[in-house]
Amino acid sequence: MKAIVSVKRVVDYNVRIQVKPDGSGVVTDGVKMSMNPFDEIAMEEAVRLKEKGKITEIIAVTIGGAKNEETLRTALAFGATKAIHIKDEGEVQPLTAARALAAVFKKEGASLLIAGKQAIDDDANQTGQMVAALLDIAQATFAGKVDVDGNKATVVREVDAGLETLEIDLPAVITADLRLNEPRYLKLPDIMKAKRIPIEATTLADLGVTAAAAVKTVKTAPPPTRSKGVVVKTVDDLIAALKAKGLA
Amino acid sequence: MSKILVIAEHADGKLNAGVAKVLAAASKIGGEVTVLVLAADGAAVAAEAAKLDGVAKVLVADSAALANPVAANLAPAIVEVAAGYSHVLFPGTTFGKDVAPRVAAKLGVPQISDVMAVHSGSSFDRPVYAGNAITTVEAPAGTIVITVRLASFTAVAASGSAAVEKVSVGVTAAAHTRYVKLEAQKSARPDLQSANKVVSGGRALGSSENFKVIFDFADKIGAGVGASRAAVDSGYVPNDMQVGQTGKIIAPELYFAIGISGAIQHLAGIKDARTIVAINKDAEAPIFEVADIGLVGDLFTVVPELTAKM
Ligand SMILES: Cc1cc2nc3c(=O)[nH]c(=O)nc-3n(C[C@H](O)[C@H](O)[C@H](O)COP(=O)(O)OP(=O)(O)OC[C@H]3O[C@@H](n4cnc5c(N)ncnc54)[C@H](O)[C@@H]3O)c2cc1C
Ligand SMILES: Nc1ncnc2c1ncn2[C@@H]1O[C@H](COP(=O)(O)O)[C@@H](O)[C@H]1O
Repeated sequence: MKAIVSVKRVVDYNVRIQVKPDGSGVVTDGVKMSMNPFDEIAMEEAVRLKEKGKITEIIAVTIGGAKNEETLRTALAFGATKAIHIKDEGEVQPLTAARALAAVFKKEGASLLIAGKQAIDDDANQTGQMVAALLDIAQATFAGKVDVDGNKATVVREVDAGLETLEIDLPAVITADLRLNEPRYLKLPDIMKAKRIPIEATTLADLGVTAAAAVKTVKTAPPPTRSKGVVVKTVDDLIAALKAKGLA
Repeated sequence: MSKILVIAEHADGKLNAGVAKVLAAASKIGGEVTVLVLAADGAAVAAEAAKLDGVAKVLVADSAALANPVAANLAPAIVEVAAGYSHVLFPGTTFGKDVAPRVAAKLGVPQISDVMAVHSGSSFDRPVYAGNAITTVEAPAGTIVITVRLASFTAVAASGSAAVEKVSVGVTAAAHTRYVKLEAQKSARPDLQSANKVVSGGRALGSSENFKVIFDFADKIGAGVGASRAAVDSGYVPNDMQVGQTGKIIAPELYFAIGISGAIQHLAGIKDARTIVAINKDAEAPIFEVADIGLVGDLFTVVPELTAKM
């Protein structure tokens, strides 16, 4: 049984984002890039399922420019058995990414897509659900716990009201939330070994995917700043400051 | 003119409070607003929705297949009704985030997530990079599917009386998905997402027993209770209390961050709070850069004193 894990290359989550002064976007030149943290969690989950014998193959897929190869190398070091690079130098929006992932899913005869719940650059939180829609298969988003049993999966989802449990039949899409697992530290020998594994390259056109109409970003601005507050010394001063604002 | 379809999230026969905020976003777009209730029996929810200002009509699609919020069943029903609408709006809750992309993909249109400001029927602001940048985006031609960032809008009033109509949808429950259960945290405290005051605790609390300090203070001032990811991950409190980029995004009048360092992912959830109070023993903690009022001290002495004196 094959699982696909989608892995996106994004600005590292520790980087403090700078907006370009001309409003054309955020500074990415010379900025540390990493695998989207939710995709690391998705990779870890796939590896654990493979270790438990629930799945046999893990295909890591990325859509993006030449540098995305690094992200696939990370996925291979985690334990992906195959890596596919869908090469595209432009900005790939969720619906286009979803079409590409759906095409790979079909082509590979996969049973499961594990995606991150959201990419921390666009914060869209769309792609996994869109893949499920395009393939007309089950989806379980925001997974906090996954049990695969043959062709069935039981997923505990982190929803606003608490924890929701769904039972789904495969093929299906699962999107990983933060508490699904804690990704392992990659070991040097695994990183070295991953360097020698060939990566399969393809394009949207090869997969028969047409890009969706795009949402155009007209302007990027820094968020409104909060004015510097006051630091008080005692609880009484704190209460006085709250009273001054009409809050106590 | 825009024809706007607002999807009514609900649970236990009650309309989700976020829907009134989605209607505020809908009124900024302008046009005729229809609310769609999908349920096994949506009469009570529809009656509530019909009272909200700006609603022209409420459609109720009753079907046994819609008894639970399963995206694979809801999406085809919404797509069926959405024909002829220019906009389909969802609350930016886990419900909306689950269903909306499934609708957009079926319609073959992109989705605009977390809309925080409306400039026109096709131009919106939305946050990226955990709210560290705000983009203005322009939607392409076609139906526009949107999730609304609830913290950015003020709920419309409930002084209306729209007509309620039944609509039939040809939906059958997908065999591939079985809804098992929801374990909801029952709490008498104000709901985190609509509370005027919120008190959050972080890793510094150290245990679920110690979190009592936070609960006691919150109860004294009638506040909802939240937490940082570290506090949730450590098992001090349940997941639905997480505030931040990947937890709940809130906009209370008054927010207390207690024993929370102020990581960007946490700040992403509280940017719209009117007043932020930080209590932390480390004067260098980044939370003080955004706090309106800061107190450097040990929470285990400061918070009980505050509880006693407020
Ligand atoms: C993809 C991603 C998404 C994330 N999403 C979220 C999110 O939605 N929400 C979120 O909160 N985090 C999120 N995080 C985690 C975030 O980066 C931080 O790790 C987390 O917010 C830290 O929680 P904390 O402030 O409670 O803990 P810490 O950073 O450990 O801070 C504890 C603070 O308590 C203070 N302290 C200790 N003892 C005392 C005392 N006795 N009295 C007073 N102060 C004391 C310390 O000085 C310190 O500042 C996310 C991370 C990633 C990678
Ligand atoms: N360009 C991409 N390459 C690989 N995976 C992607 C890409 N875009 C989105 N994804 C996957 O979809 C998830 C959700 O992304 P998004 O919908 O953009 O928030 C990510 O965590 C990835 O798993």
